[in-house]
Order: sequence, then C-alpha cells, then structure tokens
Amino acid sequence: MLNTNKINTGRRFQGFASQYAIYIVLVLLIIGITIYNPSFLSVNSLRDILIQSSTRAIIALGVAFILITAGTDLSAGRIVGLTAVISASMLQSSDYAARFFPNLPHLHVLLPIALAILAGLLCGLVNGLVVSKLNVPPFIATLGTMVAVYGLNSLYFDMEPNNSQPIGGLRKDFTAIGTGYIGEGQYSVPYIVLIAIFVAFIVWVIFTKTKLGKYMYAIGGNIQAAKVSGINVAKYLIYIYAIAGALYGLAGVLEASRTGGATNNYGNMYELDAIAACVVGGVSTTGGIGTVPGVMVGVLIFTIINYGLTFIGISPYWQLIIKGLIIVAAVAFDMRKYAAKK
Amino acid sequence: MAEREFLLEMNRISKEFPGVKALDGVTLQVRPGTVHALMGENGAGKSTLMKCLYGIYSTDAGDIVLDGNKVQINNSKDALNLGISMIHQELHPVPFRNVMENIWLGRFPTKGAGFIRFIDHKKMYRDTKELFKQLDIDIEPDVMVGKLSVSKIQSIEIAKAVSFHARVIIMDEPTSSLTGVEVEHLFRIIRDLKKRGVAIIYISHKMEEILRISDDVTIMRDGSKIGTWPASELTTDMIIAKMVGRDLTHRFPEKENVPGDVILKVEGVTSPIPKSFKDISFELRKGEILGIGGLVGAQRTELIEALFGLRDIVSGSISLNGRPVKIKSPEDAKRLGMALLTEERRVTGIFSVLPVHENAAIANLGKYRKALFLLDGKRKKQEADHMVEKLRTKTPTTRALIMNLSGGNQQKVLLARWLLTEPEILLLDEPTRGIDVGAKFEIYTIIKDLAKQGKSIIMISSEMPELLGMSDRIMVMSEGRLTGIVDGSSATEEEIMRLAAQH
Repeated sequence: MLNTNKINTGRRFQGFASQYAIYIVLVLLIIGITIYNPSFLSVNSLRDILIQSSTRAIIALGVAFILITAGTDLSAGRIVGLTAVISASMLQSSDYAARFFPNLPHLHVLLPIALAILAGLLCGLVNGLVVSKLNVPPFIATLGTMVAVYGLNSLYFDMEPNNSQPIGGLRKDFTAIGTGYIGEGQYSVPYIVLIAIFVAFIVWVIFTKTKLGKYMYAIGGNIQAAKVSGINVAKYLIYIYAIAGALYGLAGVLEASRTGGATNNYGNMYELDAIAACVVGGVSTTGGIGTVPGVMVGVLIFTIINYGLTFIGISPYWQLIIKGLIIVAAVAFDMRKYAAKK
Repeated sequence: MAEREFLLEMNRISKEFPGVKALDGVTLQVRPGTVHALMGENGAGKSTLMKCLYGIYSTDAGDIVLDGNKVQINNSKDALNLGISMIHQELHPVPFRNVMENIWLGRFPTKGAGFIRFIDHKKMYRDTKELFKQLDIDIEPDVMVGKLSVSKIQSIEIAKAVSFHARVIIMDEPTSSLTGVEVEHLFRIIRDLKKRGVAIIYISHKMEEILRISDDVTIMRDGSKIGTWPASELTTDMIIAKMVGRDLTHRFPEKENVPGDVILKVEGVTSPIPKSFKDISFELRKGEILGIGGLVGAQRTELIEALFGLRDIVSGSISLNGRPVKIKSPEDAKRLGMALLTEERRVTGIFSVLPVHENAAIANLGKYRKALFLLDGKRKKQEADHMVEKLRTKTPTTRALIMNLSGGNQQKVLLARWLLTEPEILLLDEPTRGIDVGAKFEIYTIIKDLAKQGKSIIMISSEMPELLGMSDRIMVMSEGRLTGIVDGSSATEEEIMRLAAQH
C-alpha cells in the first residue's frame, strides 16, 4: 500500500511538471528577456505581441483540430493565401487606380469576407473528403491541396487586368477590422485581438462541450475503437476538416485586412508555424491530445521568441535555431511523457 | 560416447505475472529428430513456456539445458544463436521486399573490401536457391513476399530458421491458416527436418494432426505439466480428458436468469470471404447467455463483428423482435440496441489517452444534447461516473486516464460504455481474456446480472470452463461453420471439443 502511494505521488509530480511545462517555459522566456532589457515589460510590447499572435492563433486552432484527429494539414498556409486574395480582390477602394475588378460595385464588407471564408471551408471539405472517403493519408491529401490551391490562387491572381500585381488600395471599412481598436491610447484593445480571443473561445467550446469535440479526441485517440463505438468517423472527419478550412479562411481575411493588401504568396509556410505552435503547446502529433489554452500558449511562445529576441537585438538567424530546438525538445518531451505510461 | 537422449531440457520452469502463476515448475524434455507436441487449453501456459524458451520472457525459476549444457537465454537473438527458432502463429515478413532479402535480413552476404562493402545479390540468390532445394521448397528467391500465400511465407520462415542452423524449431499453430494440401507440404518439410536431427516443438489444437505428426505429446493444464506420453499410446479422447479434468464448482456465479422469447434470429448468414463464416443460423432469446465455442480460426469473432455491422454479409438474414433488419455499420447496430465488446481491448476498445469518464460516455453522447450543439457535460459525467461505480471499477477518480487501469478495470469501463447505451443485446468477445482470476468472477457476475435483467448476451469464449459455467446454450463453430448447439447445463468439454475440431 505504502509503495503504491509513493508511486502515485511521484506520478502526480511528474504529471504536474509535464502538464505545466509550456507555461513554465513561457514565464522563463519573459523573465529572461526582461532581465536583459526591462523595458520589454510594457503595454506596448504586449499589444504588439498579441496583434502578431492573432492570425497565427486562428490558423493554429484550425490545425489543432486536424492534429488531434491524428492527421496533419499542410494546406493551411495556401488556403490563407487564397482567401486573402479573394477578400482583397473584392474590397478595393472605388478610386484606386489598379482595381482587380474595375467595374465591381460597392459590396457590403461582409459579403466578400463570407465568400473568402466559404472558399476556405470548401478547401477543407475537399481535404476531409479525400482523407475519409478515399483513405488518402492526411499528409498526402493536404500536400495535394496545398499545391493545387496555390495554383488556383495564382490563376485567379493572374487574371486580366490584374496580371499578378499585388492587390492594394483596400477600403477603409475593411482595413479597420485588422488595424482598428476599441478604447483610447495606451489601453486600447485591437479588434483583431478580440476576434482571435472570440474564435479561441468558440473553439474551446467545440473542443470541450460538443459531440464533435468529443468525437475528435476519440478518433485521434483510437480510430478503430471510435468505429466500434458507433461513431461515424468519415462524417466527423469531413466536418472537422471543413471547420479547419473555414478558420484558415478567416485568418486569410484578417491577414489581408491587417496588411492592407494581398498577393498569391500570402500565407506561404504558415502551416509549419501553426504545427510547431500546436506541438509546443502540447498537441500530440499521434492524436487524441491537445487543448485550446495549450495552443494559445504555443503561439505566444513563438511570437515572444520573434518579438522579444528582436527586441533585445538577437539575430533572426539565431532565433530560427532557438525555434528549431524548442520544437524538437517539445516533441521529445511529449513522446517521453506518453511512452513512460505504456 | 553414447548419444544424449534429450536435445533440449527445460527443468522446473516457473513464471509468475502479477496475480497469476503462469508456469508452475514445468519440465519439458525434447528428443532430437522428433516432433514434440505441446497441448493444453488456452491459458494452460503453452505459449508462456515457449516464450521463456525463445527469450521473450525471463523465467523466475528453473533452467534450460541444450545439448547437455546449461544455457542462459535473455532475448530472441540469444535463442537464434543457440539454434532455437520460432515460427509464430502470425507471420511478420517485410512485405515489399523479395524472398531472399527476407531470409537474409540483418546478415546479407557482402562483397568488396575494407570499408567499401556492397550486398552480394548473386551469392544471396545462390544461397537461397540451395536452401530451398534442400527443403524442397519451390519459390523463386526474387519474388516480392507480399505476393505470396500464407503457406509460402511460412515455408520461407522455416527456411530462414534452417538457415540459422536451428536445432530446435518452435511452431505455434502452424496450420491455423493453411489448406489441406498446404498442410501436407508442411508435414513433408517437417519430416525432412526430423531426418536432419532437428527437434520440433509443435503447438496445435488439432488432435488429428497432432496424432499424425508427433512422436511425443506433453499436456499442460493451468500452468502445470500433466505428463508426457508417446503419441502412439494416445487417442483423441485421452488427450481431451487429460487436458480438461478439473471441477467447475464455485468459479461462476449461480444461474438466475430465465431465457424468454426469441429476440434475435440469424438465418444462413455468410461472409463474402470464402474461408470465413458460412451459412450460420441461430436464435437468441431474451435474458439468455448464448456461448460460442470453437478453436482459433473458427471465425467466431468475424461472425459477431458482422452482426455488429463491422464486416460484410453476402447472404442470409437477421431479424430483431421478428422484424428483418439491415445492419451496415456499428451506428446501425447501436441504434438497434446492440453493443459489442471486442476481443482486442487495447486495439479496438479503449481510448488510452482519455479519462475513464470520457471513455465510458463516448458511445452515448447523443443522449446528452442540450441547446444548439452543446452537450450537458455535467449530466454526462454524472451518469458515466455512476455506471463506472456501479460496476465496481477500481480507479482513483474517473478523471484518471484509462491506460493506468488494470485490464479487468478497463473491461468494466468498456462494459459501462455500452450499458449506458441501454442495449438489449450484448455481444461479448472473449470478455475475460487477459484478466486476472478475481476480476474474472466480477465480470461473470455482471454478465449474469445483465441476463437476469432480461438483456440477451452472446459470449465468445475459448475457455471451456467459462463457456460451460456461464452459457445457457453453447453454439460451436469450426472453420467458419456451425457444428452444433448444445445445452449449457448438460454439455461436456469433450462434446464441445469434438464439435470444435469437426472440420
């Protein structure tokens, strides 16, 4: 009896350490940077970090859906590019010289946004169908989508009269979404941050309070057992890929709005950042494990590395090396954690 | 010097797993150039003994003597180096490589000099040809293994064992997936191996085969050795009597259920796979426990998975409460009030990284729908907790991950999962496999209680006492066919064994 108690306490401590490891890393990172340059701890830095994290967070949440089902999504970045171009192409000022659609009437701002999100959703739907109905491994299915979506986007982007010119001159009511804020001066809160927080909340609800969320964990945890339990695995995988696609669509819209433009190269390789953030945030690449707070912290860690290390003057090349190490260390830690319990 | 009588001696081998004494002082003596059959019911300890010999398990006590020398076998590499090979029941070749690469894997012949070495494919081809010629195996060394039949892959495995200069070859159920002609070919190879002085330890359930091919027979029961006899002195009946021989008192709860009207009627159900189940007809009554007995390969699992919509059925019909039904998927089955506890708890049952209460609730989420898409998480957890507790599952809290529970407790959580869906028919596939004795009784009690409450149960079991102690009726299958349905209270193990070995 005594013996088992001891083991339990040991396990509990290990459990605590591994459960909160990423939060500890986050705090250590902030403390380190602050010691080096105390002016890092300011409202301005915080706001910048949150703004930079917003679209990344939305993409990472989309990717998290897929990773938790034990899949992967390489097409996220290219879907972001496609939807950025779609929304930007229809929301240029009427007085801008090089309009994508010179004769396009003034549309309600929400219409192009909805179209862009729908396009993202359709891309995700294709991923889901290919994965669940044609049984193509997610890595390959989304690799195909990634390449094809870029081609599609480039064709659209190359249409007359645009001919692959960067899309600019976006309407104020559109760019306001990505650049505007509530409140005044130092304590103002950017809309884009609020949107990301709202999305994170919705995704958290889906993960923890809906059938779809429970099934997502079950499918990723053991797809055979999920089938035996009477879960329509194909149907739910399609839903999940479609939701992820819609999130990439939203992220694309926000990227266009925030930067005031779009090209067909928008979003390139964003999926890798998103996968890295998820993995560092405790989402298991073998499926079945992952939380929304974890993903958010994963995203923040990467933004803070970017922003904070630039702030204290560390070369971006060194930043890449540090990022790489963190990704591998996080997964090695994750593997150890679950291998030990087998 | 006179030739030694025994090539291999395993003396007083004991092996204990937590809560189970798997081997209790078992002695096995094998003469060179003979086939030594090892028999016993599932769980008698045959495989455990062989795993000790092959270095997969360590022994707690006893020693192994090979050719007069005491040997230490810590892993399968040691075993191979000593000339002990094992042909597993499930073969694991590298499918997309050719035959010769599979045989010489890890020890490819090379040519060249110094650090620069290349694989000598020509030599490998020649060596393989030569090896096959010796064994009278007709397979081209450069065909892809994935294209070959199970029987040919098995021949390759045997050739591989011979290429290791094996003196003792363990064959675990080698004929379980072979056709009659293929069995003859295997026996030819075995006779040839005997002539070279190789000893073969042969595990099988098939009496007729054992009596034909083996020289000596050792029978085990409950982790102990019953004895060794020359095969010529044994008959099928004698073997069965020796394998069985135990009393059944107090291992099972009292029978209190009373079977009622027919609830499920299965007629002429046949699988699209030719070697699988064919033309199976039976009825299941309300509140009845229907056992399904048979040997490995009897296609029992395939049958109940088909009833649950996990496998296809080409012909035949199923009716539930007199209404014909089509069950195309587990969702259909669940909707019709069926539940399935699979044999491979880890592979197709538990979600190891999820907590106990989530594992219990997962099949029943439809019932906890609230407004919009939201689930009533509180009620879900309460009901799951309640059911898990009702089955007396031992877990620190229901938030614990299911992978940290023992096999018996995991099984109770899976039972809880299905009981939450309020099924009328429970299909249980080897419900107590890998569960220790104490927990077995608890599972038996739960099953009997369910039957008493009017639930209908189909239970596959490979353990004779369990079949006899639990079932109201027992249907026996052999090689995909139904060979008989017997009354649970009057049937004998001998009767069931005979039906199971019919085809």
